[in-house]
Amino acid sequence: MGKIKVQRSSTSIDMTPMVDLAFLLVTFFMLTTKFAPEEPLAVDMPTSVSEIKLPDTDILTISISKEGFVFFNIDGKYNREELLNKMGEKYQIQFSPREVRSFSLLSSLGVPVGNLKQFLNMEPEERKLVKQPGIPCDSVNNELADWVIFSRTTNPKVRIAIKGDRDAGYPVIKKVINTLIDKKVSRFNLITNMESGS
Amino acid sequence: MAEITQGSGKKDGKVRSKKTSTRIDMTPMVDLAFLLLTFFVMTTTLNKPQTMEITMPEKPKSEDKQPVVNEKRVLTLILGGEDKIYWYLGITDPKVELSNFSTEGIRKVLLNQNAQIKEMVVLIKPADESKYKNVVDILDEMNISNIARFALVDITSVDKELIKDSKL
Repeated sequence: MGKIKVQRSSTSIDMTPMVDLAFLLVTFFMLTTKFAPEEPLAVDMPTSVSEIKLPDTDILTISISKEGFVFFNIDGKYNREELLNKMGEKYQIQFSPREVRSFSLLSSLGVPVGNLKQFLNMEPEERKLVKQPGIPCDSVNNELADWVIFSRTTNPKVRIAIKGDRDAGYPVIKKVINTLIDKKVSRFNLITNMESGS
Repeated sequence: MAEITQGSGKKDGKVRSKKTSTRIDMTPMVDLAFLLLTFFVMTTTLNKPQTMEITMPEKPKSEDKQPVVNEKRVLTLILGGEDKIYWYLGITDPKVELSNFSTEGIRKVLLNQNAQIKEMVVLIKPADESKYKNVVDILDEMNISNIARFALVDITSVDKELIKDSKL
């Protein structure tokens, strides 16, 4: 009788090492995960064999959607706040602290400066429903150029990356690239996906 | 190890029975841990996007002298719509040929020409119908074929005429 009791206790497995491991992994993933804010546009990037990785910080992304809309994004909360104030100065728009805050939390932006105030005052849920028309980058009204200039004065280390959709037409790309060259940005990155197969 | 011995002072039989009850059931904690683990594993993006660095020439100032290139060393690629590539050598009275983005297509042309022509200069002229994908692909081909001298140039009306005339 005494023997049976001893065997019983030995059948329960000690879970401690497994739990240790599980928590180790949880901590690892928790610390490495970065939640990307929801992007207002879907970009299907072209593939390339390039193996240079895009750095995580100090990146200015110019996204170009399939329809040819241009979106602008820059990382860094404080950079964004400063950038918006500079843009406001140039276009003579006063942004309230609340608007500045909501801008700093935004992801890609695709509205002309004129509509920006109205856009920032919307609720986040409302904003998702709005179809953003893209940032004008024509030679007549080139707001993208201003965004780029002020981003560079705000954060001189910023690297410019173009994230174009594979089916975006070349004329839009040309407009964006010419804007950059006009603003003396001659080095930039094209974001691509890994080439699959081949 | 993680068991706590009960305070003494009671009879031996009782102490033994209580010993088992102090062991904590770890199952819910493990459940939670694995739930979180799966969540974070799923949400983590594993592959960072790649990037291709290109350097465009600065806008030439009016007083700058443009370097002169022998036209025999120039290979022009025109990216047309529907993933077509028109290419020709030289500038005066060129013979336009058609190619595509497959391994047998433009890559062969580039490798052949690069072997034949010393210090070849490639001009990439994307037409308005071409897609961004085409531009990235051709820049990628430049990388693959180890061509150092290439430039992204605007298409000219002469090139458009050439393509029309070639009927390819």
